[in-house]
Amino acid sequence: MNLITCKNISFTYDGFPAVKDLNFSVEQGDYLCVVGENGAGKSTLIKGLLRLKKPSSGTISIENGLMANEIGYLPQQTIVQKDFPASVYEVVLSGCLNRLGIKPFYTKKEKTLVEENLLRMDIIDLRDRCYRELSGGQQQRVLLARALCSTQKLILLDEPAAGLDPMVTQELYELIRKINQDMEITVIMVSHDIHSAVQYAKHILHLYHTQLFFGTTADYKNSEIGRRFMGGGFRA
Amino acid sequence: MLDLLKEMFSYPFMVRAIFVGTIVALCSSLLGVSLVLKRYSMIGDGLSHVGFGALALATALNMSPLTVSIPIVVLAAFLLLRISESSKIKGDAAIALISTGALAVGVMIISMTTGMNTDVCNYLFGSILSMSQSDVNLSVILSVVVLLLFVLFYNRIFAVTFDESFAKATGTNAELYNMLIALLTALIIVLGMRMMGALLITSLIVFPALTSMRLCKRFKTVIVNSAIISVICLWIGLTISYVYATPTGASIVLCNIIVFFLYWLIKTVKGVTIHDK
Repeated sequence: MNLITCKNISFTYDGFPAVKDLNFSVEQGDYLCVVGENGAGKSTLIKGLLRLKKPSSGTISIENGLMANEIGYLPQQTIVQKDFPASVYEVVLSGCLNRLGIKPFYTKKEKTLVEENLLRMDIIDLRDRCYRELSGGQQQRVLLARALCSTQKLILLDEPAAGLDPMVTQELYELIRKINQDMEITVIMVSHDIHSAVQYAKHILHLYHTQLFFGTTADYKNSEIGRRFMGGGFRA
Repeated sequence: MLDLLKEMFSYPFMVRAIFVGTIVALCSSLLGVSLVLKRYSMIGDGLSHVGFGALALATALNMSPLTVSIPIVVLAAFLLLRISESSKIKGDAAIALISTGALAVGVMIISMTTGMNTDVCNYLFGSILSMSQSDVNLSVILSVVVLLLFVLFYNRIFAVTFDESFAKATGTNAELYNMLIALLTALIIVLGMRMMGALLITSLIVFPALTSMRLCKRFKTVIVNSAIISVICLWIGLTISYVYATPTGASIVLCNIIVFFLYWLIKTVKGVTIHDK
């Protein structure tokens, strides 16, 4: 069953076309990796899928019942967050906001969910630590736990491994794989780390201002564009 | 000491100043944490200058200062919010433009009507005598509104402050809460401006928040801590202003500076942090 279907969508950025003519679909339980060079329009596409940005043409049809309050999102870090005085618990709890409806305060249910996701991301020990004092990898785990609090179906990740060292990056990708396999949450991830993308993703969408490739990872590895982008040294 | 307090409280104007001041200090420090973290401190500064212009206009038209300045400053708050959110205009420069522009218009209006006198000095630097009974009434209503909204929307304000794009993506109406923060800030600035002075009211927003961020590690602790700092500094500042006949705003800001350096010193020397567990 298709969760998201995009037909001929295009986006403009500050009046200039950013990406155009995208046609792809995402199934329930899928793991889609959006790859491409910097400035290829990957983040713009994510903003479009999150409905933060309207496509200039085309349609994005999202399966009935998938509301904004069922989507988890891991944005790129902003400067505001770097020196933000908040505990890990407070940050993760804020992911439950879309479950509140019009209630002003969190209840036991949301607090239990936070504990579960802290355990899942293996950061229960950090619960009372200050967010700004954590390492980059720990911060990403916290934001991932927050994203899990706000979703049951779909999670979008925007360059989750940016600025992390290789070991930490590997751990993070493993966590994301677990989220996809064990929790059966659909994953859409933007990345320019092509080697990890083909290692974990089920489908690949390759962008460069337009759609260069969309299909399964196996097909991508055998395609000319895939081979070129992955470089000569890659063995499938 | 007790005699001094007794003497202070025997003057109705002092009671009013302390009452309104406490409320303004409390509310501004709550909002201040969010404004500082969202990099919106300059909006507060811009608003106070617009408030000065509005105050001058009210005097020239012989109208009540609050009825003129509240709508003007609230409007300016929404305008400034729009400017700082838009990436196409240079936000900080646009705010400087508006704030100095409003200041100049205000000064022109005053010099053409009443002339530059002590009133202007009081507008700019604050006066302990400026609080009337209607200010007290208004501040009671306002404080209840601000505190209630802040507590009810605390979780949403946190989410929007920490990560606006995440909040928006997961279905929170971030613009609405930004506007709420701007609206409450505008009201607090109008209320506190005449006591603190147009040039100094921003300090009530910025100082307590920045001071408590030196040491506190949780959002809730930061907020409680800055409320306490803000109110205590206001009390000490008002007393100094009363005893030594110094401008009220400047005296309060001086206390805030001292506390800021105290916190900064503790952080640098000991590297300790406040835990509330």
